[in-house]
Amino acid sequence: MDKFTRLTAPACPLDFANLNTDQLLPARYLKWPRSAGIGKVLLQDLRFDPDGREQPDFPLNRPAWRGAKIVVGGRNFGCGSSRESAVYALYDYGIRCVIAPSYGDIFSGNAVQNGLLTAIVPDGEAAEIMAQLVATPELPVTVDLEQQTILCGNRSYAFSIDPVRRMRLLNGWDDIALTEGFRDKISAFKADDRMRRPWALPLGRT
Amino acid sequence: MNEPQTLIDKLWAAHEIVQREDGEALLWVDRHYVHEGSFHAFSRLAERGVPVAEPGLTFGVADHYVPTRGSRHAIANPEIARMVRQFEENTAKHQIKAFGLDDPRQGIVHVVGPEQGLTLPSLLIVCGDSHTSTHGALGAYAFGIGASEVAHVLMTQTIWQRKPKRMRITVDGRLAPGIAAKDIALAIIAHIGAGGATGHAIEFAGSAIRNLTVEGRLTLCNMSIEAGGRCGMVAPDEATFAYLKGRPYAPVGEEFDRALEAWSALTTDSNARFDREVSLDAAAIAPIVTWGTSPEDALPIDASVPDPAREPDAARAKYLREALDYMGIAPGKKLTDIAVDRVFIGSCTNSRIEDLRVAAAVLAGRTSKVPGLVSAGSSLVKRRAEEEGLDRIFRDAGLEWGESGCSMCVGINGDLVPPGERCASTTNRNFRGRQGPGARTHLMSPAMAAAAAVTGYLTDVRPLLAGRKT
Repeated sequence: MDKFTRLTAPACPLDFANLNTDQLLPARYLKWPRSAGIGKVLLQDLRFDPDGREQPDFPLNRPAWRGAKIVVGGRNFGCGSSRESAVYALYDYGIRCVIAPSYGDIFSGNAVQNGLLTAIVPDGEAAEIMAQLVATPELPVTVDLEQQTILCGNRSYAFSIDPVRRMRLLNGWDDIALTEGFRDKISAFKADDRMRRPWALPLGRT
Repeated sequence: MNEPQTLIDKLWAAHEIVQREDGEALLWVDRHYVHEGSFHAFSRLAERGVPVAEPGLTFGVADHYVPTRGSRHAIANPEIARMVRQFEENTAKHQIKAFGLDDPRQGIVHVVGPEQGLTLPSLLIVCGDSHTSTHGALGAYAFGIGASEVAHVLMTQTIWQRKPKRMRITVDGRLAPGIAAKDIALAIIAHIGAGGATGHAIEFAGSAIRNLTVEGRLTLCNMSIEAGGRCGMVAPDEATFAYLKGRPYAPVGEEFDRALEAWSALTTDSNARFDREVSLDAAAIAPIVTWGTSPEDALPIDASVPDPAREPDAARAKYLREALDYMGIAPGKKLTDIAVDRVFIGSCTNSRIEDLRVAAAVLAGRTSKVPGLVSAGSSLVKRRAEEEGLDRIFRDAGLEWGESGCSMCVGINGDLVPPGERCASTTNRNFRGRQGPGARTHLMSPAMAAAAAVTGYLTDVRPLLAGRKT
């Protein structure tokens, strides 16, 4: 997994509350392996009309934001379905950081597994950053994970993130490698638990 | 004396293998359910060349892509056929017990788990599907996970988590006749918002929850995620134990007695502290439908949709305008003046036998004004419904009686609501395009969906139930 430390890039406002994972990646693309190019169909039904023509007003289609690596969203970003492909779609499109007041729990968990930073700012600040971007679309935004700050124009905002997720992103750590170190503890737990809760095993008499 | 604990604390503690100083814990997983969508995780196993750590604790169910109409074996769409085949290959390769297309127990994973007695109180259950919260209805700690976590569980039978905050939602009092668990769920979501329980595990408590059947509790816990709660649960009680006894995978004899003793301790201690408490009065809950594009856009059936022009908050007014525009509803319109184009009765939320019975009670001797599909939650539920003659009632009313699967809730098996059409649906998500590109979804209980079928409009089911046995 790639590390995240600091990023300066164009940032695209996506001013929707409850922008769910069905919007980020419509269900009909769930069949696709990641290698099929999931980034192409990020937000497909909002970016394109039913005939596949671009919706010129959709923010990611505006010239200044096409190459965005940061998106700024409303509350409960990524709620809904657990599909990790929603994170693949963002990441493979080129997005490395989302800034929003809150996230769906499963989405933000999936994000950290893939090196996508989910920075939390209060509602009013997310709205303020979006307003600045609407006024000056090419305004670059700097996100510094070590300092936990967002620089937008001449304003700086502190953001929050779970400290464990922060460490994992800074170091590019992967869960599995971490768990390997606990193999013995897992085996010991399993043995104890079989004594404590023998009935917890599926009997499978059928 | 130990500090009083909530049910959430007790279940969490029982699965904690390691508690790190940074607050994350490594948890033991008792059951891992996989489906066709779990293929990303199986690919990861293949890349690393590692086996499944505990195939005996892993169960596969084919549900997301399975056909509900026509032959189940000659799937016309090659991509969909590949999804089902890939599932069969992955489960076979790793010696995972699979309830595939040929199995008479096949169905929706969140219906099959409880039905087979695989889901039990005290278990920690995960699945790569957000509606895994359903299983909490039996007093399990159950939550949905993403593909990376699915891969981690397959490889280690464990998962890293930070302990969520604890939220108790208490619903006391008596539900009025015709009001269902779905109405409670939608009332809660309307009250706290689609992100109201984010970061929390929910315990549902109170007399109205106690009085729900286990199937009603499954519906309620299923919708936890629509309030932002990854995990929702009800303390197991006599109703839970009676439901589980004799299920194929449940413990038997002395083992069952031993389990019962442990399960009986799974309650929240008096004076245990929650991070957040919410209460609702059951008697005040009316039949509820959604009008917009988030489950929080829910109102009692006698209400009118909002009017953005009367909304003082600009951001909220923008949201209302966009939602109404997508839904094709004029501002301020009465809900009962909204005509529907079709109905869908099914999904992991509302497809169990009690759901089908109440829908049939409304439809018996009546005709549906619109086309519709009824898809039972499992092949066993389907068979039971047929034994009870419910399928005849649906067919006689003009509805289609399909096979079991996720079907029109997510549409990836090809069961779609056409663009621009409006569907009265017993499912869990009214997101834009959820039932197909351009589809407009109104969420409601099975009785309310049946009522919409009878009148062709969003309708209060209560008069239609008068004098009928439910």
